[in-house]
Amino acid sequence: MTTRTRRRVVERTMFALTGAATAVTLGILFFLLGYVAWQGAAAVSLDFFTHLPAPVGERGGGMANALVGSAKLLALAAAMGIPIGFLGGVYLAEYGGRLAWLVRYAADALNGVPSIVVGITVYALVVVPMGHFSTLAGGIALGLMTIPVTLRTTEEFLRLVPADLRDGALALGAPRWVTIVRVVIPAGARGIAAGILLALARVAGETAPLLFTAFSNRYWSPGVRQPTASLPVMIFTYAIAPYDDWHRQAWAAALVLLAVVLGANLLARAALGRGRPA
Amino acid sequence: MVVARRSTPPVPPATRPLAPPLLRVGARRRWRLGDPAFRALAAGFALSVVGIALLIAVVLFRRSAAARQAFGWAFLWTSTWDPVFLRFGALPFVYGTVVTSALALALAVPFGLGAAVCLAELLPRSVADPLAFLIELLVAVPSVVYGLVGIFVLVPVMRTLTAPVAAALGWIPLFAGPTYGVGLATAGVVLAVMIVPFIVAVSREVLLAVPQAQRDAALALGATRWETLRHVVLPYARSGIAGSVVLALARALGETMAVTMVIGNRPEISASLFAPAHTMAAVLANEFTEATGDLYLAALIEIGLVLFGITLVVNALARLLIPPEAARP
Repeated sequence: MTTRTRRRVVERTMFALTGAATAVTLGILFFLLGYVAWQGAAAVSLDFFTHLPAPVGERGGGMANALVGSAKLLALAAAMGIPIGFLGGVYLAEYGGRLAWLVRYAADALNGVPSIVVGITVYALVVVPMGHFSTLAGGIALGLMTIPVTLRTTEEFLRLVPADLRDGALALGAPRWVTIVRVVIPAGARGIAAGILLALARVAGETAPLLFTAFSNRYWSPGVRQPTASLPVMIFTYAIAPYDDWHRQAWAAALVLLAVVLGANLLARAALGRGRPA
Repeated sequence: MVVARRSTPPVPPATRPLAPPLLRVGARRRWRLGDPAFRALAAGFALSVVGIALLIAVVLFRRSAAARQAFGWAFLWTSTWDPVFLRFGALPFVYGTVVTSALALALAVPFGLGAAVCLAELLPRSVADPLAFLIELLVAVPSVVYGLVGIFVLVPVMRTLTAPVAAALGWIPLFAGPTYGVGLATAGVVLAVMIVPFIVAVSREVLLAVPQAQRDAALALGATRWETLRHVVLPYARSGIAGSVVLALARALGETMAVTMVIGNRPEISASLFAPAHTMAAVLANEFTEATGDLYLAALIEIGLVLFGITLVVNALARLLIPPEAARP
């Protein structure tokens, strides 16, 4: 074999291998989505959305309480995490004082903290003083986890707003803060909203921080001071339980959760136009 | 998630006048006060992020005090985990975390790097961009869903696949039976699937950021495209690619749900990859709510503290390695 053919063969082989790696990775994705859709579609029913979990040993029932629980947890997380992340991002992009590096560093650190560790912290700070698990504690844990993504995307998108717009508003006599609130933020609003959606989609599937904050509940959980069921924790509990009927319910819940999370990701991407997903 | 590709930014719907041409005196004074007030408000929220990060560290440190005093540094290298006699050593969990993460990297790096090269260097952008988006969607899949598929699909498959391996190579401690399906190897595979998208996404960005002139120069000298990649592009992108791997490692170290569902949750150190084991994150998920007694709880929180410290260092390392233009929040 001449050197030239050998070099060509090496090139073909190596590039074929990278193609194979791509194919395998994509294959895993399609298998995963397809399998959850297949198992979930067979298990999901109207009862799943409208009924409470059936008593142990009985067939049927649903996860209506977990759906409501997850929605409440997300609402609390948004109420807590988004103001901090959003205004923090505004500060970094528009003022960025001497402490900006410290805020960025803290946000990065917070982003990297394993979710189970966030759970422990909220357990110590909220659950122990209250004396019991609660929706509130779970919402705080998820809220903490929305901060880094909200903060960094807010900063990114405000930085994309051209300086001309700021200058124009300032030249018209608007104070700095009116310029920010009425001109700069509306200009970046679409991207910021997409970032917030991604942050919420990310925590919607979190299980670990809820295990010892929101805990779980087989009944409705009125208010925010009682333990609550949530979709991810129910999937976990049902998956490791020894009952076939519970496994079916877990697949149904996984399908619903996956549809919501991936739907939010696609929506955010659509809002960003040619942008990229998280 | 950086979206800095838009050429024409949206114009705000600021059609109403920003301020009336002549302000009443009182209004103007109020607006002058508005600036420092708004700045202070934004700064307060921004600094609260620093406060939260510090708070996590302080809480973990203080709440683990009892365990740190009782066991000292030996906590990290003793392997007895006995809640009944209150003797706690975290080595089995550290071992499980290290081995599963190493396995995950060994499996994920070739695939992730291969896919990144294919999507950055070979395929045209019109094909590569949608494929990259699909792979990045894997990041969004909740870990409990990976765990669910792991339990019902991967564990039976691993049971079938590992039994003949253990039968043939069982004399090597690494592959000794019995094979349950759950264990270190299964957890490593699940983690590998979970971290591949990180490696693909970041490495691809890093490769796309390599200047075209570098490639052109090598090709002009007669190098094949593979040689160009191997000897010019990859060395140029080396630091960023290493960063993507470190970032993926950070995810693997802290991953909880998917691992605890397939690893078998047994606090033992076994030489075999097929043996059930435990990780630091998994033991927290399993035992935290059942932990009775202050020392038991403090020991678990100390594991959380160690995990926190490790991921902090690993994430900082990734940030140093990944060039800012390829980083994403």
